[in-house]
Amino acid sequence: MKKSYKLENLDCANCAAKIEDAIKKIDGIKSASVSFFAQKIEIEFDRDETTLVAEIKKIISKIEPDCELL
Amino acid sequence: MTKSLKKQLIKIIIATLLFAGAFFHLPQIIELALLVAAYLIVGTPILLKAARNIRNGQVFDENFLMTIATFGAFALQEYTEAVAVMLFFQIGEFFQSYAVNKSRKSIAALMNIRPDYAHVKRGKELITVSPEEVKLGEIIIVQPGERVPLDGTIIKGNASLNTSALTGESLPRDVSKGENVLSGSVNLNGVIEIKTTSVFSDSTVSRILDLVENAGSKKAQIEAFITRYARYYTPTVVIIALTLAFLPPLLGSTLGLKEWIYRAITFLVISCPCALVISIPLSFLAGMGAASRCGVLVKGGNYLEALSRAEIFVFDKTGTLTKGNFKVTNITAFIGSKETLLQNAAKVEAYSHHPIAASIKQAYDRKIDLKDISDVEEIAGCGIKAKINNQDISVGNKKILDKFGIAEPKIEKDGTILYVLYDNKLAGYIKIEDEIKTDSAQTISLLKAHGIKETVMLTGDRKEIGYKIGKKLGLDTVHAELLPIDKVSKIEQLLGKKSANGQLVFIGDGINDAPVLARSDIGIAMGGIGSDAAVEAADIVIMTDEPSKIISALKIAKKTIFIAKENIVFAIGVKLLVLALGALGYASIWAAVFADVGVSVIAILNAVRLLPYRPKIL
Repeated sequence: MKKSYKLENLDCANCAAKIEDAIKKIDGIKSASVSFFAQKIEIEFDRDETTLVAEIKKIISKIEPDCELL
Repeated sequence: MTKSLKKQLIKIIIATLLFAGAFFHLPQIIELALLVAAYLIVGTPILLKAARNIRNGQVFDENFLMTIATFGAFALQEYTEAVAVMLFFQIGEFFQSYAVNKSRKSIAALMNIRPDYAHVKRGKELITVSPEEVKLGEIIIVQPGERVPLDGTIIKGNASLNTSALTGESLPRDVSKGENVLSGSVNLNGVIEIKTTSVFSDSTVSRILDLVENAGSKKAQIEAFITRYARYYTPTVVIIALTLAFLPPLLGSTLGLKEWIYRAITFLVISCPCALVISIPLSFLAGMGAASRCGVLVKGGNYLEALSRAEIFVFDKTGTLTKGNFKVTNITAFIGSKETLLQNAAKVEAYSHHPIAASIKQAYDRKIDLKDISDVEEIAGCGIKAKINNQDISVGNKKILDKFGIAEPKIEKDGTILYVLYDNKLAGYIKIEDEIKTDSAQTISLLKAHGIKETVMLTGDRKEIGYKIGKKLGLDTVHAELLPIDKVSKIEQLLGKKSANGQLVFIGDGINDAPVLARSDIGIAMGGIGSDAAVEAADIVIMTDEPSKIISALKIAKKTIFIAKENIVFAIGVKLLVLALGALGYASIWAAVFADVGVSVIAILNAVRLLPYRPKIL
């Protein structure tokens, strides 16, 4: 499944790269891409969405606490 | 400017004033108070972030490193420099956010083609709804100045449309009843009524937005390289900084710990790879933005990068290099005059709707007198026969000659030949050719001027026709009489010919081209926004049917890569230089601040200059 989410307050490009890297390592993620300019995150996955989104939110709050996934 | 940016700016101004105040030879204690105040005003958010990130296990973070660097400077009693680092770091961040915001906005403005509403006629009422709510086949009205919300056919009225957001074409297009209009174009004058031919989610404008919005996820190799580089850069610099601070003093350096810590601090200030991490993706985004302004949609940064390395260009013929509509180019009469021959042929074909009939009628270009035509009869697979003023006239292909036992005349068959027979005797022939697009030849010669190794044309058409067009356009190779499956195997052969880094580009009009588009390194579909399959299979979509847009795309691709590389060399170069000078004690913290934020801002400005770029083709 492919999905994209909007990010808010993603203020640092390096953090975007770090977030992308960390998300790629989650189980069940086939591909992930964080766009600093579009303030968007795009993932392709084959697992339950709710638990996955929770996990992604946790990663984001760890790397860039101001940033929020909508 | 956003609210948080404004707040940031005010903080920076106050801190700068306090900082400047410290230079007025005041008593030392007041000077120190001013500096600490300035530091806290700009630095507190950084300190807080650093503390929070350490709790989260994010050690190599620019906030933390800035904190260490400034604390270090304070410890060395370099108060002004400690404040300067923090102040200039924040000024740099401010400029960065400002530049990023600005570029985000200008890119968003490029994509600002989404219609907000539609006036739909329901019963006798005209109601305004969002475009998503309009159903297929409903009638919508577009007033002057409004954006066409859905694709459709005009049923009433005429207008000039500005289609530049879709095609890059700046001249307005005049449309009238019966013509199709694409959503996203802007009605300049006139009121038009349109019967919709798609729902909003399938409309041109939605498809374009979808393409553009998803473009960012396909990253170029250079971007991937930068991400990898960034991952190692910061830790490496920090480790070197630590070594630099403590190893030489331990080894008994005469310069003393203080000097070495100062040098280490310059390292920490340069440890953020931000200049590259921001400017490289921005270059690609700006490149794609510039391309879409020219009517070329690029589906990802990786395709821009690949296009810049193109070596072989393969073209489809019909609809790509030629217009795909037929035109009479030669009339030869063996009996009677050319005019009579054409008139007779036009009369025989009067009732036919075949494209060839249409081209003959177009060449005749007069009203056809239907009174003296009788007994029109189709000879299956051969042509048409009719009686005109009691004379038997037949028009047809080579088979009609065989049918009447007439020997084929020796003529050059570099087009479609129609034979005209009077009373079963050969009276002459009409040659019909597919018209070459006006910019095809120029495109081929410009490709060569841009260093493309080989230009190839693949066509299903006859050899004589293919070779003639190939020669006219100056193509290197022509492969004719190919079935769609042969085209794929020809592409595979050509793929073997290019160099390891080179790319093969295929350009087609999207009809029957999907497998070839997919097999090539880069597939370009032309005039393809109307055709789903082409848009799906292609990597780059040219919105108009002009092959010369390929040159625009190629130029933008090359410029994008050039700017990206320029930024890499500049940013890494300056940083390495300042690092080296810093290690040797020649670079002050001031130089380090420039190498960090100054370089970022310059690199961003350099990337953004792609946005207004419109390549000149001529």
